[in-house]
Amino acid sequence: MSRITDCFKNLQEEKRKGLIPFIVAGDPKPGFTLPLMKALVDGGADLIELGVPFSDPMADGPAIQAGSERALAHGTTLHDVIGMVATFRKDNQQTPVILMGYLNPVEIMGYEDFAKSAAEAGVDGVLIIDMPPEEAGELKEILVKHQIDMIFLIAPTTSVERQKYISETASGFLYYVSLKGVTGSNRLDTNSVEESVRVIKQQSKLPVGVGFGIRDAESAAKVAKVSDAIIVGSPIVELVGEMADDSADSLNKISEYLSALRDAIDVV
Amino acid sequence: MQNNMLPDENGHFGPYGGKFVAETLMGPLEELTEAYTHYLKDPGFLKELDDELHHYVGRPSPLYHARRWSEILGGAQVYLKREDLNHTGAHKINNTVGQALLAKRMGKTRIIAETGAGQHGVAAATVAARLGLECVVYMGSKDIKRQSTNVFRMKLLGATVVPVESGSKTLKDALNEAMRDWVTNIDDTFYIIGTVAGPHPYPVMVRDFQTVIGRETRQQCLEQAGRLPDALVACVGGGSNAIGLFYPFLDDKDVAIYGVEAGGDGLETGRHAAPLNAGKPGVLHGNRTYLMEDENGQIIETHSISAGLDYPGVGPEHSWLKDSGRAMYVAINDDEALQAFHDLTKIEGIMPALESSHALAYASKLAPKMRKDEIIIVNLSGRGDKDIQTVATLGGITL
Repeated sequence: MSRITDCFKNLQEEKRKGLIPFIVAGDPKPGFTLPLMKALVDGGADLIELGVPFSDPMADGPAIQAGSERALAHGTTLHDVIGMVATFRKDNQQTPVILMGYLNPVEIMGYEDFAKSAAEAGVDGVLIIDMPPEEAGELKEILVKHQIDMIFLIAPTTSVERQKYISETASGFLYYVSLKGVTGSNRLDTNSVEESVRVIKQQSKLPVGVGFGIRDAESAAKVAKVSDAIIVGSPIVELVGEMADDSADSLNKISEYLSALRDAIDVV
Repeated sequence: MQNNMLPDENGHFGPYGGKFVAETLMGPLEELTEAYTHYLKDPGFLKELDDELHHYVGRPSPLYHARRWSEILGGAQVYLKREDLNHTGAHKINNTVGQALLAKRMGKTRIIAETGAGQHGVAAATVAARLGLECVVYMGSKDIKRQSTNVFRMKLLGATVVPVESGSKTLKDALNEAMRDWVTNIDDTFYIIGTVAGPHPYPVMVRDFQTVIGRETRQQCLEQAGRLPDALVACVGGGSNAIGLFYPFLDDKDVAIYGVEAGGDGLETGRHAAPLNAGKPGVLHGNRTYLMEDENGQIIETHSISAGLDYPGVGPEHSWLKDSGRAMYVAINDDEALQAFHDLTKIEGIMPALESSHALAYASKLAPKMRKDEIIIVNLSGRGDKDIQTVATLGGITL
């Protein structure tokens, strides 16, 4: 069983909701990523989504675009990101790590090389934002061979028929995009999220994580109530962008932000 | 497989093309494909499109025999397909008229577009004004500076021009930003992509709206010269004017086809916009195609004297035509294009766009190697009025 499946199983047994923070690897400097990942775990992260920076992040809002630009300014590559996961795994065997990014850096590395080195480093899941299941056949097969879950998005524009199709292709969990828009948008409608997650759960047994519009404890609690996990990216990436250094004080700010979300979702 | 049978139902031209977008856009792209497939066979829609192209755009555009220039070049007879004479001064309007009519049939009230040189933005703003639709155009802030006249034209037409400050601040970033707008406003918004790139169905839809160029050219050449041409030449940025000319000739095996990319300062300098000549396949803006990218898969900045060719990708069908060998892709440097701009202006009294000047420059290399009874057709895709500021600056002249 994969680390992701295990993680959601434990959450369910403990009647807790999952907290999945997102940071861009290499942001604001490559050396910050490892201490940041540890700070996220300290702040209560159940899984970590590690963004692979890309020059043209079409689905991202200003916060994550800026994070990608900061990481790329320091030359962060997909090889580097996989290396960061390998280092993280030396001390942490438990927290699942999902790489999230765009297809082109993976294309250049080659699917087989990518999957093999990611698996060896201890990557548990891969979410390629611009690769819908229709185009994912070959990569999916290779990831399965290396026991890496391929995570897919479901959007408010996804028909029930497609939800079913995506569920059959995905493993690990389903990532529901809570709004029509880019990451970090401020248009979250929790009522429609509740209804959508209910419909998705009729199509699939996979856990459902919800992301794209959660900004604070209040929205986190509302979304956690109707889903299995919440995914928070832009607000964390904004905080990371303000870090002057990787001192304990700076890292504490990130852990504290996450702890507040943790507390909010643990009471739902 | 025959070239004219592509793409397959999911938009693949061999390994190229496809639909590489975030899930939120998959539904809207499906809706667009259905609407487009339906109206492509709808006699009412096709008649409306024909009427607009005739009475509003001014089609058919002439096929002009550039006798003086041909004489000077001393070889093949060069004919120019005069897309510069279209309303708004370029081929771009063939596509925006088509997509805007489709938008209206689909009940969309808001149009968005990306633009590089500003020609597509102007063409989109024009049809939006004509049809009473709201229009927002995304344009890289670097392009806004070098194409200020077109920016003002768009504003006069009632469009909102949004400067894009991210990435390289050029066409590719404008496309990213337009995609972000579309994903946020899909309910009422139609995204008019200006070239044969983007996710399926855009490459095939834009091609279909632009093939009017090649269909007319084929008929005009038969009428004027009594036979088909020996070679076709068109500039390739995204490649919409080129595919529009090439497509109806793909099965005419004796017609040589040349796509001309922007060589910038020279392919050897790395400062160019020639992915088919010096790039490798990858995935950007919703499709798999040849790209300008570094060894880690990051898209790199391109360079060209002409904003309209300054794009790191190319339409997937061109990637397919390159690999299949049906078309040849060559590069012309900035200085060669500039020379062709001056030559055509002085010799024929026609001021070409700097984009089209790349095609003209290649034709001027090709013609002397061919016989005098052979025919080259160059797609004169746009007029050069928008470029006089650039040309003046390069010549050290202050207007």
